[in-house]
Amino acid sequence: MAFPYNDTVLKHFRDPQNVGIIENADGKATEGSPACGDMVSVYINVDSETKKITDVKFESYGCASNIATGSIITELAKGKTLEQAKSITWKEASDALGGLPPIKAHCSVLAVEGLRSAIHNYEEKHGLTTNKEATTEEVVRRRLKRVMNPMKGLDMVATDLVKEIEVKDGVVRVVVDLPEDHQFSGTIREEAKERLENLWDVKKVIIEFVK
Amino acid sequence: MTDKAIYMDNAAATRLDEKVFEAMKPCYFDNYAVATSEFGYSQGLEAREILTEARAKISAFLGAEPDEFIFTSGDTESSNLALKGIAKTLGAKKDSHMIISGIEDFPVLQSAKALEKQGVKVDYLDVDEYGFVNMGRLKELMTDQTILVSVQHGNQEIGTIQDIEAIGALCKEKGVLFHTDATHTFTRVPLDVRKIHADLITVSAHTIHGPKGIGGLYIRKGTPVGKITDGGYQEFNLRAGIENIPGAVGFARAVELVSDEENMRLKSMRDKIIELVSQKIPHVTLNGHPEKRIPQNANITFHYVEGESITLQLDMYGIAVSTGSACFSRSLESSHVIAAIGGDHERAHGSIRFTLGRYNTMEEISYVADKLAKVIADLRKISPLGKTGGM
Repeated sequence: MAFPYNDTVLKHFRDPQNVGIIENADGKATEGSPACGDMVSVYINVDSETKKITDVKFESYGCASNIATGSIITELAKGKTLEQAKSITWKEASDALGGLPPIKAHCSVLAVEGLRSAIHNYEEKHGLTTNKEATTEEVVRRRLKRVMNPMKGLDMVATDLVKEIEVKDGVVRVVVDLPEDHQFSGTIREEAKERLENLWDVKKVIIEFVK
Repeated sequence: MTDKAIYMDNAAATRLDEKVFEAMKPCYFDNYAVATSEFGYSQGLEAREILTEARAKISAFLGAEPDEFIFTSGDTESSNLALKGIAKTLGAKKDSHMIISGIEDFPVLQSAKALEKQGVKVDYLDVDEYGFVNMGRLKELMTDQTILVSVQHGNQEIGTIQDIEAIGALCKEKGVLFHTDATHTFTRVPLDVRKIHADLITVSAHTIHGPKGIGGLYIRKGTPVGKITDGGYQEFNLRAGIENIPGAVGFARAVELVSDEENMRLKSMRDKIIELVSQKIPHVTLNGHPEKRIPQNANITFHYVEGESITLQLDMYGIAVSTGSACFSRSLESSHVIAAIGGDHERAHGSIRFTLGRYNTMEEISYVADKLAKVIADLRKISPLGKTGGM
């Protein structure tokens, strides 16, 4: 049977680990929203001395890849220090699952971000974060690294889809190296917008496509 | 994997009926000649007769004359020919205009988009919460420049049946050509061109237990359809290419095999699945209209969970259904139909389409409802939404 998912993914999808809520969690975050598609909530408890993650749970409103990644990433994060957990990449999570179909990368990257955001939330609460940085071309580029290119399973920066970035007076303009009527232009526009719109000093995001 | 295989995606494809296969067989092994001109050899003349007979059966079913029906490779080609063929003959004027509903299936939708690039102006008609097109708006949009209105008969996803009698009458009154895509209604919902004014009707065999790769287009006499495939003079010089005679024979047989009793049976199974789901599972929404829907379609949103997760879980129980979720689609875009009926992304995300056919049974309906209740409950346990009964 030509299932798009391997047995490890299916196992984590059918019987996901670490599902649930931690009441009064030390750190928590939700990534995505019902409006845009998938959504993941991640909760962590942290040992204040060692800065190790002692407990981690997640909830998912998402597809199979999203649920399986939530399961594996919480397994990977457990017992790690915040610094170690922060640096777990989508690639590592995907590898631990024995690989995910490229087109599903965007659904699963959300779980990775959920974990990072929960850690960030903990750090903010405990005064461990640095000050707000102004949005620059570089910040935009970094954010766009979270937008997956569904054709490749790698992000849109790594796959050279970002043709141009302009940041001016709170308006971010990104030119994507795809024609407007491309199969994936709609989803890439939505995801790129989503990644940029909540930056604190950004008023407007314009995503353009090449002719 | 389970040994049960329950197929409820009959809008996508259907199991071939053995009787259809039996009817087709001689066209592969006994007389496999092409239909020749009237000056051809015997086998060719016989093939021609077989094709003519198949054509006559299907056109009669539509209440049409035999020379008002041409065979195509399926609904996609039929709708392409309807829209592009009309644009070819009437669209020369730069400001020529078409109106299509916003919930058309891809053949009509993408044909219209392709024509837009060539300068045809296209208006996309809005629909209400059930998917019924806005008749008042249709009237307003029609101008002297309007060359074609295309509104489907029954919707591919939510099953809503349009009042094409009224739309046809309006088009006739205004002197505008009317095309309807009847892929999901043909033989399931009455459609007779002597009662309903339509100039062009798309039909297909793959949704009614006929073979894949054969469909047809009804073309009312005198409708100026231009030829869009170049080649031979087949199909009244409107569709070049060797005739799919086995397909045509299979299509005609498939049409004969659908009965009113079967349509009633499909309807009662459809109503049963809606009833059982509403009883067993909280937080569900029926998409489309409760009564004015094709007999074989139920489309339900299960809130707080995602469609691909549902279909994959159901697949483990051997159940095949489809979803309007973005995660399931080739373009990663969620259903344009659910969006058009005012549903948010979330409603499309958790929508499941059940489409029934000849080989489904009431036992299967109960089995599916039971498994669904379990799958939805399990997925909701994982979901961050809906825990307090609301979003």
